[in-house]
Amino acid sequence: MITKRIIPCLDVRDGRVVKGVNFEGIRDVSSPVELADYYSRCGADELVFYDITASAEGRAIFTDILRQAAEKVFIPLTVGGGINSIDDFDRVLKCGADKVSVNSGAIRNPSLVKEAALRYGSQCVVISADVKRVDGVFRVFAKGGRENTGLEAVRWISDCVKNGAGEVVLNSIDTDGVKKGFDLEMLRAVSDAVNVPVIASGGAGCIEDFVTLFKTLPRVDAGLAASIFHFGEVSIKTLKQELSRQGIPMRLI
Amino acid sequence: MTAIIDYGVGNLFSLQSSFAAIGEKAVVTKSEAELRKADRLVLPGVGAFKDARLALKESGLEETVLDLVRSGKPLLGICLGMQLLFDRDYEDGVHEGLSLIRGEVRPISESIESGLKIPQIGWNSLIFRNRSTLFRYIREGDYVYFVHSYHATGCEECTTAVTEYGGLLTASVEKDNVFGCQFHPEKSGDVGLNILRAFVEVS
Repeated sequence: MITKRIIPCLDVRDGRVVKGVNFEGIRDVSSPVELADYYSRCGADELVFYDITASAEGRAIFTDILRQAAEKVFIPLTVGGGINSIDDFDRVLKCGADKVSVNSGAIRNPSLVKEAALRYGSQCVVISADVKRVDGVFRVFAKGGRENTGLEAVRWISDCVKNGAGEVVLNSIDTDGVKKGFDLEMLRAVSDAVNVPVIASGGAGCIEDFVTLFKTLPRVDAGLAASIFHFGEVSIKTLKQELSRQGIPMRLI
Repeated sequence: MTAIIDYGVGNLFSLQSSFAAIGEKAVVTKSEAELRKADRLVLPGVGAFKDARLALKESGLEETVLDLVRSGKPLLGICLGMQLLFDRDYEDGVHEGLSLIRGEVRPISESIESGLKIPQIGWNSLIFRNRSTLFRYIREGDYVYFVHSYHATGCEECTTAVTEYGGLLTASVEKDNVFGCQFHPEKSGDVGLNILRAFVEVS
């Protein structure tokens, strides 16, 4: 039986993980390569590397880090951040990324998803959407959640899937950082509208939030989080054991 | 030494790294001489069957590969590389495969309940069928990573594992020195590395 996936997200700036804190069994918590290896050994089903570097120099460091991670970690790697063109896809795929996540790049250039899916296959193209309620309507936000694009989210995400996006990461700005659970209403609206995997992001604060997510919305395929894993508030191993105990299909290692 | 056949399809960085992780030297190569020199071959592949078959033909390596496999060199096809091993494929028309293993590659939608997402993307467990030398270091029920919309059918005699996704899908095959994995061993953690380790030990 196919399992639900648990995905830690590593924000990387200038070659270091942002928000890295202390873990047992790991020497340098701000090393993306070490942290990726640690999570993989804990049972993470996939990893997201998010490049939040602004400079060209930082970008080169990022791809170097990615290459090192791909040499050491043998689970799927998704890369996002700063993906605006086919050249960007090419750059990260050559360094070992399996999937590429596009966000603002797909808003600025609506043909990017289509071109990338044709060239690399849909399995490679992930659409990542930052979504927030504005007057009761789900709107897509750009620039890390700062700018309302005015695009209606469910429609826009559905269009991206029609254009070839093979997976959707839905990040709710409304629940992000609040740690009171995933945005079930928003996730339901999107997962009912598309027939590709949907990855929930934003709002997880404890194990119970993942249990509620997968029990309430069986069409959601994965849960993504960052700080609760980095700060050790939730251990991936314990989380997966508990989900499995509650009847959610999980890969236990 | 293992030769990963480079015919311009897909990203081979992780695959090469996964062999390095088990202490096996692997080269990504287009060179006929290197394929001949190698102890075993890996046929990778992503994308559409038709394009991959054409790319393999145009690479000029197809005859060499077939020749080496017929003379007993072990070959592992991964994902689309596995699908290429069969007689024919029904993705976007009908296309001839390499006919190293009897069977046809058909849409998974024909084998599973409706309403499930296609492609199957994610970790699924192996249900063993015929005994496989590739599984000597893993256990039935172990999870591997799949990304696919098509699978091999009519190859029960050679099927070594299936996986359950609203129906049973062919996960791996083996016939003499020819092996195929629908899943990605290079993305399947320690289980995948252990499958590659067993392949490297096939003599």
